[in-house]
Amino acid sequence: MSASAGPTLGATLGVGGGLGGGLGPRPGRLSRARTVRSVRYYLPAVVVFIVAIVGWELIFAVLRFESFLLPKPSAIVAALQANWSGGRFPLLPSAIATFQEAILGLSIGTGAGVVVAFVSARWLTARGILLPLAVAANAVPIIAFAPLLNNWFGLLNPLSKALMAAVLVFFPVMANVTRGLVQVEPGALELMRSYAASDWTILRKVRIPNALPYFFTAMKIATTLSLIGAIVGEYFGGANSVLGRLIVNSASALKFDITWAAILFGAATGIAFYLGVVVIERLAIPWAAAMRADS
Amino acid sequence: MTADDAAPPTSPVVRIAGVDKVFARGDQAVTKALEGIDLEIQSGEFVSLIGPSGCGKSTLLRIVGDLISPSTGTVTVNGKSAERARRDRDYGMVFQAPVLFDWRTVEDNVKLPLEILGQDAATRTARAREMLELVELGDFMKHHPYQLSGGMQQRVAIARALAFQPSILLMDEPFGALDEMTRERMNSEVLRIWEQTATTILFVTHSIPEAVFLSSRVVVMSPRPGRITTVVDIDLPRPRNEDSRESRRYFELVTTVREALRRGGGTADDGATIDPASVDRTMAEGAVG
Repeated sequence: MSASAGPTLGATLGVGGGLGGGLGPRPGRLSRARTVRSVRYYLPAVVVFIVAIVGWELIFAVLRFESFLLPKPSAIVAALQANWSGGRFPLLPSAIATFQEAILGLSIGTGAGVVVAFVSARWLTARGILLPLAVAANAVPIIAFAPLLNNWFGLLNPLSKALMAAVLVFFPVMANVTRGLVQVEPGALELMRSYAASDWTILRKVRIPNALPYFFTAMKIATTLSLIGAIVGEYFGGANSVLGRLIVNSASALKFDITWAAILFGAATGIAFYLGVVVIERLAIPWAAAMRADS
Repeated sequence: MTADDAAPPTSPVVRIAGVDKVFARGDQAVTKALEGIDLEIQSGEFVSLIGPSGCGKSTLLRIVGDLISPSTGTVTVNGKSAERARRDRDYGMVFQAPVLFDWRTVEDNVKLPLEILGQDAATRTARAREMLELVELGDFMKHHPYQLSGGMQQRVAIARALAFQPSILLMDEPFGALDEMTRERMNSEVLRIWEQTATTILFVTHSIPEAVFLSSRVVVMSPRPGRITTVVDIDLPRPRNEDSRESRRYFELVTTVREALRRGGGTADDGATIDPASVDRTMAEGAVG
């Protein structure tokens, strides 16, 4: 058909899909029909979620499990309200601090990944050297470096956590963007050759637009990874009002309702982060979403 | 050259002299794709290359367009080397796949070559509108390629190829992927555009009816190594229309071309199992990259 083959690396990296692509209706004409369709699409998931939460609450009320095993949803909500922004376990400030580390790490990792992708897309030799190294590095359980990073950049320095996130983010961004820059339809290159277009023109008018959907696929994976990196980095020590420390500290104080509230906060942050990228994607490359909806 | 073209032939737009093409595929035996090709195309002519799958007709078109270079022999276009002609943007190209960019609207796809040529915005807009109206897609300027049918996409590709007024249009099985009815409609469309723009067209096809209906001359090629076996002058009266397809002369010419193909050792190949364009392309990549 036409130029873009579409990004596929998400699946290869094992994360991809997730909340993928179909986020509610596309605005514009036929929006009413689309609203109906998307309500029908999401309704079963919402119902199952509510039933699960209610069931959890009821089963625990009836069977009287010990709350340190798994607190009831109502207990978690209560903990959430009690520790919203103050006390020993301030949830909101902690989540904000962790989010800041994650976003700093995401920026560093994405920046580095994109730069390396351009270098390796431009020079075959660079690709030959960098790609195997990157694949090898990616096979290492990078989380294991967290204590080292804390040591190098200081336990209390948010940068040590951000760098953990950056290291995790780097590989999928680099690999996806390289692929997007390189995997251009051969016919497109012949066409550009027939116009006697320079490499620079081909980069601007074909390779970069072609790589954008791949970039956003990588970014959706990267948001989750950056939060994981930041929180795991915090597990190994750091300032107290961050999500990772809050989870470790509340758990060792046997305040599991607070631990769960913190996990809930982390999940909400992750989803918000992801949706933020989806919104930016919609604004930046509306044609890609429209294409998915049409096919 | 042709009986019905009123204008006398001027200096050739394309002169192909003694062109051979050999593909070396790694350590394996070399494949001779083209052998001793001599051909001249006059200004304003519509020349079709026809032959069995893998006879190198797409390779020959790519050599003319300087997408690949010949092993021996020369190609002269407008008195220049093929490379010079490409750098001077003498070629408009239409491939079997429309190769449109989904991130651009139909209008912006047509503007692409004009942007590369550095034309100003007002000229680009006017030119794109004019070309899209020529292919009767004026109402689809703001659409994106994936919203169009295959035939419409190919018309956009034609509009784009004509946008910068190239002196020669190279078309490599542009309608090979379309159904028979759309294909016939597109044939009439191309004829109309050719008559309106007076462009010289070199057209690769493996459909005998298509070649006869469109061309002023049909160049028949043999199986690999591709050689020119016969050149059939198509004296079907112009302007041609759907009635031309039912005239006696049309059927006679179809038979002439079919017999020429058979004599050359090729089977008449309206239903090829292997897509010759893709074969040629794979080989080209093997040789270049």
